Amino acid sequence: MSAMTMNDAYGAEKPAELATHSQPVATPVAEPAKETKMETTATLPAGVPLVERLGTFFRAALPPVLGLLVLVGIWHVATHKGGSIPGPAQVWDAAVALFSDPFYRNGPNDQGIGWNVLSSLQRVAIGFGFAALVGIPLGFILGRSAFLSAMVNPIISLLRPVSPLAWLPIGLLVFKKADPAATYTIFICSIWPMIMNTAQGVQRVPQDYLNVARVLALSEWKIVTKILFPAVLPYMLTGIRLSIGTAWLVIVAAEMLTGGVGIGFWVWDEWNNLKVEHIIIAIFVIGIVGLILEQALILLAKKLTKESS
Amino acid sequence: MEKFVQIERVGQTFDTKKGKFVALRDIHLNIAQGEFIALIGHSGCGKSTLLNLIAGLTKPTTGVLLCDGREIAGPGPERAVVFQNHSLLPWLTCFENIYLAVERVFGSKEGKPKLRARTQAAIELVGLAHAAHKYPHEISGGMKQRVGIARALSMEPKVLLMDEPFGALDALTRAKLQDELMKICEKTQATVVMVTHDVDEAVLLSDQIVMMTNGPAATIGEVLHVDLPRPRDRLTLAHDPAYIGYRAAVLEFLYEKQAHVEKEAA
Repeated sequence: MSAMTMNDAYGAEKPAELATHSQPVATPVAEPAKETKMETTATLPAGVPLVERLGTFFRAALPPVLGLLVLVGIWHVATHKGGSIPGPAQVWDAAVALFSDPFYRNGPNDQGIGWNVLSSLQRVAIGFGFAALVGIPLGFILGRSAFLSAMVNPIISLLRPVSPLAWLPIGLLVFKKADPAATYTIFICSIWPMIMNTAQGVQRVPQDYLNVARVLALSEWKIVTKILFPAVLPYMLTGIRLSIGTAWLVIVAAEMLTGGVGIGFWVWDEWNNLKVEHIIIAIFVIGIVGLILEQALILLAKKLTKESS
Repeated sequence: MEKFVQIERVGQTFDTKKGKFVALRDIHLNIAQGEFIALIGHSGCGKSTLLNLIAGLTKPTTGVLLCDGREIAGPGPERAVVFQNHSLLPWLTCFENIYLAVERVFGSKEGKPKLRARTQAAIELVGLAHAAHKYPHEISGGMKQRVGIARALSMEPKVLLMDEPFGALDALTRAKLQDELMKICEKTQATVVMVTHDVDEAVLLSDQIVMMTNGPAATIGEVLHVDLPRPRDRLTLAHDPAYIGYRAAVLEFLYEKQAHVEKEAA
């Protein structure tokens, strides 16, 4: 028994080194792991004096704030002599007015910015949801079957580089309405990263795990739930993140074409009204919403992969 | 039962980009029930290939393999494998990793409490009850390998196949696990085939040492019967003339009879 305690003493010092070994899945997992590491160095234990903690906070916050100030400064200098593009102050005033009542409704073509953002998000959510519903299972199937993958891959390679907007007329033709057509373009652009990343994840499941499945003679259901799904999850989440990013890019353009309610349509409408301040506000709003979506998904990925690994 | 595992005229050829590669040829081997076999040879001699054939993970190009009178057609839980790199699923705890195997083998006949008891028994057998609910990345390499062994044993396999199970461990942990494995084998009367490149490990653990010639087209060079009484103790054996003799015989095979082929290959 004495030898066993010795072995356990080993156990106490080894895990740190072994943790890196236990993540054989390539790039997507490595990324969240790095982020957690950075975070742990940034957040100091509670015993550290307040002054020092404030110092670290300012050192972390200073560069981004400075960057934003420089951007606003350049913007101000470039526009202060007048011209068609409004300066920061004008835009700020317009934004204050705009956001004082974001949820008003004066008929179908004149609604508050809140409604516009929400209806864009709704389209993205629906289109993206359908894409996930179709793309993830399809990715699993393509990853599991070399034959099907060889059959479908040329089609995907052909269709993937096509701008989703090129599909818009087809959508209008099929659905006879603008709103589902816009959702449909989101579906088209979200589905490719979903299929590709899921399939790649399935193909990269370590052979060791599959050998375990073969030796245990697990059922296909158990293979999917106990081995494939957890192993593929990080890849899937990368696919989802890419999809949402593209979807948010595309929805603005699609809504410019289809009209109705939506942030893209709003930009176009404000252009027609020549309210350039509002266009600049829209640019910021689109950027901030995109940023939030991305960060939310990174958080989700971190949480899920931590639970599963 | 003299011929529990039978390997008859087995050859393995792989199709590579450079054409056919003959990995194994003319393998004949009989393994009795309860016997401990070590496969030893230089790297690239196809010992893991032979183990995979017994496991059923690959199919032989020629010849036939039988286990308990039936042809080995594919992998299955009656020939459990302990993989070189433990191959525990990182998203399951040690307990869950073993439970997955137990559930697969006994799930159709037994209820959940019985399955949990089996899992618990397996984990206690390798002395890891305290780490049952830890994840693989939270425990050391030696502990992971013990979970791998527990998982294989929990299936009550007819044959336990081990592919360099202790190869990645430090010498002290390895010795500890070898002793544990000997105790477990005595308790369970398991039939074991173990791939190793460690001469001491082979002599200490085995009833038969199967020494393989160098690849390509490797085959069995010699078979050494190790008639050392059990239980074996590594310290007393270190001075035992019979043990030293067996050890010398294996070393001689590896470094005299098979040394020149390796130079050619390199």
